[in-house]
Amino acid sequence: MALQKVLGIETEYGIIHGGVADPNPISASSVLINAYVADVARKVGWDFEDESPGRDARGFAKDGSMPPEIETHLVNAVLTNGARYYVDHAHPEYSSPECADPLEVVRWDKAGEQILVRSMEAAARMLPPGQSIVVYKNNSDRKGNSYGCHENYLMDRMVPFPRIVAQVMPHFVTRQIYTGAGKVGTEAASPDGADIPFQLTQRADFFEEEVGLETTLKRPIVNTRDEPHADAQKYRRLHVICGDANLAEVSTFLKVGVTALVLCMIEDDWLGSDGRSAAGARDFSLASPVQAMRRVSYDLGLSRPLELASGSTMTALEIQWELFDLARKYADDRGLGAIGPDAVGRDVLARWEQVLHGLETDPLSLASELDWVAKYQIIEGYRDRHGLSWDNARLAAMDLQYHDLRPAKSLFARLPMTRLVDESDVVAAMTQPPTTTRAYFRGRCLQQFAAAIAAANWDSMVFDLSPHKETLQRVPMMEPLRGTAAIVDTLFEGCSSPLELFERAGWLPRPSGDG
Amino acid sequence: MAEREQKRRTTTTREDEVVEEGAPASTERADKIKAELDDLLDEIDEVLDENAEEFVRSYVQKGGQ
Repeated sequence: MALQKVLGIETEYGIIHGGVADPNPISASSVLINAYVADVARKVGWDFEDESPGRDARGFAKDGSMPPEIETHLVNAVLTNGARYYVDHAHPEYSSPECADPLEVVRWDKAGEQILVRSMEAAARMLPPGQSIVVYKNNSDRKGNSYGCHENYLMDRMVPFPRIVAQVMPHFVTRQIYTGAGKVGTEAASPDGADIPFQLTQRADFFEEEVGLETTLKRPIVNTRDEPHADAQKYRRLHVICGDANLAEVSTFLKVGVTALVLCMIEDDWLGSDGRSAAGARDFSLASPVQAMRRVSYDLGLSRPLELASGSTMTALEIQWELFDLARKYADDRGLGAIGPDAVGRDVLARWEQVLHGLETDPLSLASELDWVAKYQIIEGYRDRHGLSWDNARLAAMDLQYHDLRPAKSLFARLPMTRLVDESDVVAAMTQPPTTTRAYFRGRCLQQFAAAIAAANWDSMVFDLSPHKETLQRVPMMEPLRGTAAIVDTLFEGCSSPLELFERAGWLPRPSGDG
Repeated sequence: MAEREQKRRTTTTREDEVVEEGAPASTERADKIKAELDDLLDEIDEVLDENAEEFVRSYVQKGGQ
């Protein structure tokens, strides 16, 4: 049985500090986050005790590979919605709380955007006149520098990692047709010297390996970071680095929903590649996944064949249609419970089909659904009206400004995009955690007892119960689906102090010294 | 299922045609949406940074993940 998918998205935002001679993105990011924290939330520090980002899912550390750095000296806050908000690699980063279905992911990802908007406003009140900090939800500066939007999926540790790599690869390459955020031009050498006026994704230009641990150079399509932030005997966290940061809610919903569903099928041996498919699926392993990433991204006509390892060819759309057919059979046979409530799972299937059909028959009909189509339509409309060539700087400026988070400047915000979540729910999610994962416990602790929390992490909370206890008390949270509202609400209800919380929960050892 | 097979055939047909690259198909519905975007296109120049070239040139990020 596929494991219940606990999901999250972490986004590095682009940042511009205007009005200074020598802008420093690290300090600008710190100013931004500190301004937000000072404005709305008490800062609780992040705890790095259990972080080991260099661990490799394949069970070894490759020579010469560079594990990501942890910058402990920088701003690092945990928010009452269970998210982490911090400075990473010279960018402000928002890591959503753990969510139990793809619709929740959309809601807390959108909440992240609003937190950044609020941060800009708070920073504007603190900065000297003439200065400004502006953030962009994109993945590239158009000059070869990329920053990521990573997805996380809880998986069963028992599933062999090579099977995950082999079977998820064709999906990662071909899902770009609906996950792409669009880009004017290219930042990589075009394979056959052809002009790339516009491509489907922000990120495809930056992938050079099939599998690996790196995230900042020689980026791999399948990342092997093995850091479950949970019981490592039972769980794996698949860390996905090949996606774009999406503003369109349908793009985010499908990016996470379809991928979660594909991972369920992999766990239940529903897909091919090792001849053991429970559904008789064919093997659509690609002959050259790295080349195929760009081939798909550069193919606005959505018609170019991709070479399969088997010798035949399929287009990205055809591979997605086959995955869809397999998923529908899977849903009939096994149900969709592992990716959330049935209605959400059904909506993933319905929108997936609708989008594939739209891409096949009339891509522009999806201008209100998908980022790349929305961006293409508005830029092409402007280009056509003014008779501009694709290398005109105004088109590149529109590309960047699509992602500008300032409400008055954002091109995305002016488009009639399909919404999946109510704005009032998004605003609530800026401060409220999801109720059906351990993020609820984290958020509730911060709402109710922030002063007693010395540090927080994905898989533990550290309390300072002085003067009742001299040593810090760590509460482990190794099960991502515990700590939900259903389980812990009665603990918090009417609870007047952190000490009382500990007593109610039975976390304090019987009196015989400190634990 | 029959409906899906129908859609699949559309793909095959379309592949047989010469697809003009870089130009997603346009239809009435898309044209209608495009017409609705006309107002937005009118506003673009007000929203865009005054000096697009300078803005694009100065948008520089340190690499990230």
